Amino acid sequence: MGTHRITLTVNRVQEVAEVPSNLTLLDFLRERLALTGTKNGCSTGECGACTVMMNGEPVNSCLVLAVEADGAEILTIEGLAHDGQLDTLQKAFIELTGTQCGFCAPGILISARALLNRNPHPSEAEIRDALRGHLCRCTGYVRIVESIQAAAKAGG
Amino acid sequence: MNLPSPGLPDFDYVSADTSDEVVSLLLKYPNDARLFMGGTDIFLHMRDRLVTPKLLVDVKHLPGMTSIDFDPKSGLRLGAAATLNMIARHQAVVKYYSLLAEAIDAFGMYQLRNRATIGGNLCNASPCADTGPIALVYEASLLAIGPKGERTIPAAEFFLGPGKNALDEGEFLMRIDFPTPPKGCAGRYLKLGRNSAGDLALVSAAVMAYPDESVKSSYSFRLALASVAPTPIRVPAAEAILARDPLTDETIELAANEAEATSRPIDDIRASAHYRKAMVKALTRRGILEVRTMLEKEG
Ligand SMILES: Cc1cc2nc3c(=O)[nH]c(=O)nc-3n(C[C@H](O)[C@H](O)[C@H](O)COP(=O)(O)OP(=O)(O)OC[C@H]3O[C@@H](n4cnc5c(N)ncnc54)[C@H](O)[C@@H]3O)c2cc1C
Repeated sequence: MGTHRITLTVNRVQEVAEVPSNLTLLDFLRERLALTGTKNGCSTGECGACTVMMNGEPVNSCLVLAVEADGAEILTIEGLAHDGQLDTLQKAFIELTGTQCGFCAPGILISARALLNRNPHPSEAEIRDALRGHLCRCTGYVRIVESIQAAAKAGG
Repeated sequence: MNLPSPGLPDFDYVSADTSDEVVSLLLKYPNDARLFMGGTDIFLHMRDRLVTPKLLVDVKHLPGMTSIDFDPKSGLRLGAAATLNMIARHQAVVKYYSLLAEAIDAFGMYQLRNRATIGGNLCNASPCADTGPIALVYEASLLAIGPKGERTIPAAEFFLGPGKNALDEGEFLMRIDFPTPPKGCAGRYLKLGRNSAGDLALVSAAVMAYPDESVKSSYSFRLALASVAPTPIRVPAAEAILARDPLTDETIELAANEAEATSRPIDDIRASAHYRKAMVKALTRRGILEVRTMLEKEG
């Protein structure tokens, strides 16, 4: 049915596109921009694999329409590293094996980045609360929590 | 076997700029147009083809739709599209509306709450919606805009059944007003899910109380439950007991029994009616005990 012209920035690059009403932001990122770091887990907001930052706050991109992102700033896992440097969180996840199969990691890293942005020194309970919407079936979460704690210690 | 979730069905999208535009679209396409704000309920229903609107009207960008205002005299005014995270962060909510803050804390997960709105939660009229019992105990009122202008609907009259609210054809929800809480008010929201990671409520209980010289026990209570009837419900019989008798453990037991008797839960995939009834009693008792402790500290 209807299509819409949208202008948005994705990982600091401006994108202009023509999108149908029913295209989700998740499918826009994966299928149109080939940014396949963001994963499609459940399509129903439960698993968190599709989490991206929209105007500085994490959202489930499977539950956002691409047309709603008109004018927005989107940050995905591909944009987390900047100026040739991995994000502190990425470094910590690598060092402490905060990721195993890796499917949940892109979403978790985005939520963790948002957490440290709003709360640079979170308690373990606060970290676990921020991970409430992320399912990981490999790690048991311990390494994830430790990685986030290490990143916070290293200055966020 | 369930196949993987299909994508969203076809529809057209429009973002409305004015209330008049919303009302006229609703009147023009009574069967085909649906409103949305966060989409966290309706997109799921659409994926499952439970609803297949031809037109989705995005109403969250209407003027005033996301505003949050507090005035000590008139209370808290929440634009219907205020997200749960915006509400939870607001200083007045933290300070004066602790039950609302607690319910949001128990609601879904952080990134969902960046999209999920209070108006969507109420309009969706799910029996398990977390803000349902909260609107009941604060005796909130809902401001609807429709073809005949504005209308105020008390929260107690807003929920008609699962998925059914009191909005008429052409009407939409603009604002939710929470009056200033009674002086010295204390409250607890207890939610039981299958896990503590933001599951929908199997049973939840909102308990509010405040010192009140006009009743025999010196404390007025307001109790509301979710997930145990076709709509969120108040429990007037239990409230009457708590207003009448001194707040002893026996009185609290009697009130919890009333809550259990008033509830009408069903068996579903998440819990049996039998279990839910037992949990109504347990959560009500625990909520009242905790609120009693809070009141004793205050007093
Ligand atoms: C993973 C997940 C976890 C969840 N956890 C919880 C939870 O813990 N507790 C809970 O209560 N809910 C939960 N929900 C349900 C949902 O997130 C909430 O009900 C949310 O508040 C809905 O708000 P929304 O803005 O997204 O609504 P939408 O989906 O945009 O709309 C909901 C309904 O209201 C109608 N509507 C929207 N705006 C208006 C308006 N202005 N006037 C009239 N009608 C309108 C729509 O047509 C639709 O029928 C969860 C959902 C998901 C996906």
